This record gives sequence, structure tokens and C-alpha cells, in this order.
Amino acid sequence: MSITREDVLHLATLSNISIAEDEIEPLIKKLDDIVGYISQLDELDTEGVEPTYQCFDMENVWRNDEIEDFEANREDLLALTTECEDHQIKVPKVL
Amino acid sequence: MKIADKNTKAVDLVREALEKAKQYEDYHCFISMNEARALEKAREIDEKIAKGEKVGRLAGVPYALKDNYLSPEGVTTAAAKMLDNFPAPITATAVKKLEDEGAIMIGRTNLDAYAHGSSTENSYFGPTANAYDKERVAGGSSGGSAVAVALGIVPFALGSDTGGSIRQPASFNGVYGVKPTYGTVSRYGVVAMASSTDVMGCFAKTADDANLVMDIMAGKDPKDSTTLDKFWKEDLPDPKGKKIGLITDFMGDGVDSEVVRCVKEYAEKLKKAGYEVEEISIPMLKYGLAIYYIVQPAEVASNLSRYDGVRYGFRSSKTTDLDSLYQETRNEGFMPENKRRILVGNYVLSSGYFDAYYLKAQKARTLLINAYKDAFKKVDALLCPVAPAPAFKFGEKINDPLAMYMEDVMSVPQSMAGMPSISVPAGITKDGLPVGAQLSGWRGDDQMLLAIAKSLEGVE
Repeated sequence: MSITREDVLHLATLSNISIAEDEIEPLIKKLDDIVGYISQLDELDTEGVEPTYQCFDMENVWRNDEIEDFEANREDLLALTTECEDHQIKVPKVL
Repeated sequence: MKIADKNTKAVDLVREALEKAKQYEDYHCFISMNEARALEKAREIDEKIAKGEKVGRLAGVPYALKDNYLSPEGVTTAAAKMLDNFPAPITATAVKKLEDEGAIMIGRTNLDAYAHGSSTENSYFGPTANAYDKERVAGGSSGGSAVAVALGIVPFALGSDTGGSIRQPASFNGVYGVKPTYGTVSRYGVVAMASSTDVMGCFAKTADDANLVMDIMAGKDPKDSTTLDKFWKEDLPDPKGKKIGLITDFMGDGVDSEVVRCVKEYAEKLKKAGYEVEEISIPMLKYGLAIYYIVQPAEVASNLSRYDGVRYGFRSSKTTDLDSLYQETRNEGFMPENKRRILVGNYVLSSGYFDAYYLKAQKARTLLINAYKDAFKKVDALLCPVAPAPAFKFGEKINDPLAMYMEDVMSVPQSMAGMPSISVPAGITKDGLPVGAQLSGWRGDDQMLLAIAKSLEGVE
């Protein structure tokens, strides 16, 4: 297993992170080290073993569908965005 | 710790802490101070005491808050450029519970950005120095909190621990660090890292202080569906007759000889105090780090996808369209280590690799948990070092992610199993650096670990 330049560019796209040209080579090396290390799990026989996604095997935790008071109001939350107009968050053009 | 009463003024406790924080400013424990509000709150508590009104169990006690806990006082940065101007609109449940008992936050402490790291060097605001040697790291990610307690600025501080972020800095700075059973304390209002192992805990100078803080913070929270019903009791149990297993897998190759010596000496003290100590080997532990560095980045990649520059936090100005807004914001707002973890996380989750890495790791996690279950049929608690070596020098590992990850090799297996684990001051190396002993137990046995540690306090 070795990480290629194409892998890094693909992962950057999946991760929505722009990566500068001069960052690519060092990243290939570092990601390769990490992936090489984690690949040691290949040694383990996990045939028939159930995965543990959550230590207490919790699944869906339900609550009643009721409106609860939230400690922040709409204005507080909208104030956190960079650009806002008429209670709408502004972003650059999509198309 | 000193608690405000008729003879001890909360204002004096808070002033003293603020003065010490200034005196030790060059260690860079804090990202921001909360001076005005802290003094105002102290005055309110003093007035209540003067009037004979009831005050909480931590009345007037100053504390330091890891800067990934949200509270509306100041900004919560998570030590990341992404949040360096984020005034939190909500309060973390753990913070609210402490404040309700009269504790007073004097400042927000430094960490590796988003708690990604083991040295506090990954902070956007620069590193924190070790309390024992300014040329060495504080450990991490909760480095600022550990050093603030070690220097005596505050009697306790909050941290978060996903794979060792409380225990390793506690070990590096010679203080107690408590990582409770998963689900003990609400995660609500704390910046998420890896949701299946994130736990909230504390640093303190004594087992009793840590116990009091944890007792206050523990319990079910409707805002965090993974919280457990409160099992924490006010008093520590009697640990008499407990059997402790010294994990041989973490006492050999690759472990600093001074660390081995300190932990062996701690084991001897346990024996002298009447505990049965026996050696135990758990071969599965060697896979803990690989499991963790698959599952944790996967959860990080998911949790950090919310930082897109749209609703809150930093937004890049180098944008032309919506896609570049996301991509440039995330490029500029995250530290290199944050980005590496996101990329690795998306790698192990991506089509074609999911079964080989992510699913494989979650199955291996089951094997690891089973190995612990078997061990606890033989012993009540486990003992091992916290990290392979004492605090290292600045810059030693920062450009080698894998070397930095190795710092976590002895602390991540317990996290993957949801177990409680504490770091207890065990000794000092010949170079004058502290070393912690790590006591781990089965889920829910948190207080037994503290009780064992307490029984050795003051024993030479």
C-alpha cells in the first residue's frame, strides 16, 4: 500500500480542503507512514467478529417530539455568521 | 482545596489565582483570561456568604477551562484559527454544573487545535511550556490545563480526553488526570473530536479534589444521549484487598528506563500498602494505537465537516464561489494536523477502503474489549505507564506525525474500550521530570481507581 499524488488530490476533494502544490509531496510521505502503520491490523483474524461502533451498544435514543426552549435565540445564532441580510446567511454565488 | 466561607473570601481566592496566572504568563497556559467576570462572580459569592445564604460545594474556587468547552464568557477558540472569534451562544453542561456549585472560571487554557495532538504544539496560539522544564512540551492536548494546575495557579482544571489528552499531560506535569468511563460527563457544549471516545474530565492535585469535581460534573444529560445514569458517589469506596495487574506489554522495549523504574516503584508501594500486584500480559493492546488511528480520524473527518465558513467561525476572503469558500476556509482555518486527520479519516471511510480499514478496526475494537474483559476476570485494576517517555523537547516530534501518535500508545486502548483511566504522579526521573502511573479499571470503576491512588498519597 502506498499513497499516490492522485490519492491526496482525491482525498482533498472528498474533504473539501484546498491543498497547495508544495504541500502535496510532504503529505504523500506523512499519509503513507500513517497508512503503513494502521495496516498492521491485517495481521488480525476478525472473521465473524461483530464491530463495536459504540462501547455501550446504544442505538437510537428517542425522545418525545416536543419543542424545547433553546438557550440561544435566532438573533444570537445569526450574529455568528460573517454575512447576513434579512435573517438570511449570505454566501458567494453557487452557479 | 480552599473553598470560600466566612473566613476565606472568594475574591481573595480568585485574585490570588489571577496574580499567579500573570506571574507564570511565560508558560502560556492560557489563551484568554476571564478576570472581570471572575471577580464579579467572587463578589456575589462573598455577599451570599455574608448574608448567610447557601453557597455551592465549590464556592469561590477558581478553575481553568480547556478552551474547547463552550461558555458565553469570552470566545471559545479550540485553539484554532477557525474559531478564533467565536463567542459561544451556549454553555457546556459540565461548565454549568460547576458554576452552579460556585466554581469560578478564571481563564481558558491552551490545547492542540481541536484537541488534535499530544504536545500542545499544534495550537494556533503557540505552545505551552512544561511546568518542570520550559524547554519541554506540556503534553497534550489538554496541556494548558495540566500546567495551570501543576504551577498551582488553580486547584483544578478541566480537560477532555479522546485518546490520552488528559492523562499524558497530567503525567508530564506531575498532577492527577482523570479520564472517566465513557458517558460519565455530558459532552454537550464541548467541541467534538471523536464522538465514540470523547470524555470530559479534570486535573487536580489530590484524589479527593478530583473526586469532588467529577461528582459534580457526572450524570445523565438529556442533551447528550450517550450519557450514563449517575453512578458517581460523593465518597470514595474502600479499595482494600484489590488486585492490580502490572501490564508487562508496556514495561519493556521502547519504554524509557526511568519511566519503567518509576512505575515499578509505584507497584512496590502498592504491594507495601497491602494490594496484591501481579504481572499480566494483554497481547491485543499492541493493536490499540492502529485501531485508534483509524476510528478517531474517521470520526474527526465527520465531526469537522461542519466547519465550512458559512454559519459561524472563520470565513476565507479568497473565495470566488461556494466551493472555493468551503475549500479555502478549511485550508486556512485548520492546522496541518487537523487537515491530516481529516484526510486520513476520509481515506479509511472512502469507497474501496472502508472494509479494509474502518470496518476492520471496529471489529478489532471488539477483540480489544474482549481482551480487557478477560483481564478483569483476573484483576480489579490495571497498572502501566501513561506514555513511553517523559516530556520531550519542543520541535522533537512536531514534523513526524507518526512519532507524535506513538505518544498515545498506552492511553488509547482504554479509550477504545470506554474504560476509566487515571494518571497519578508516580515519581521523578533523574533529569527532574515527572512520570505518571496509569491506573485503569472496568467501566464504572472510576472511583475505585481514585481510592487506590488516594491510599498511596504521602507514602514514600
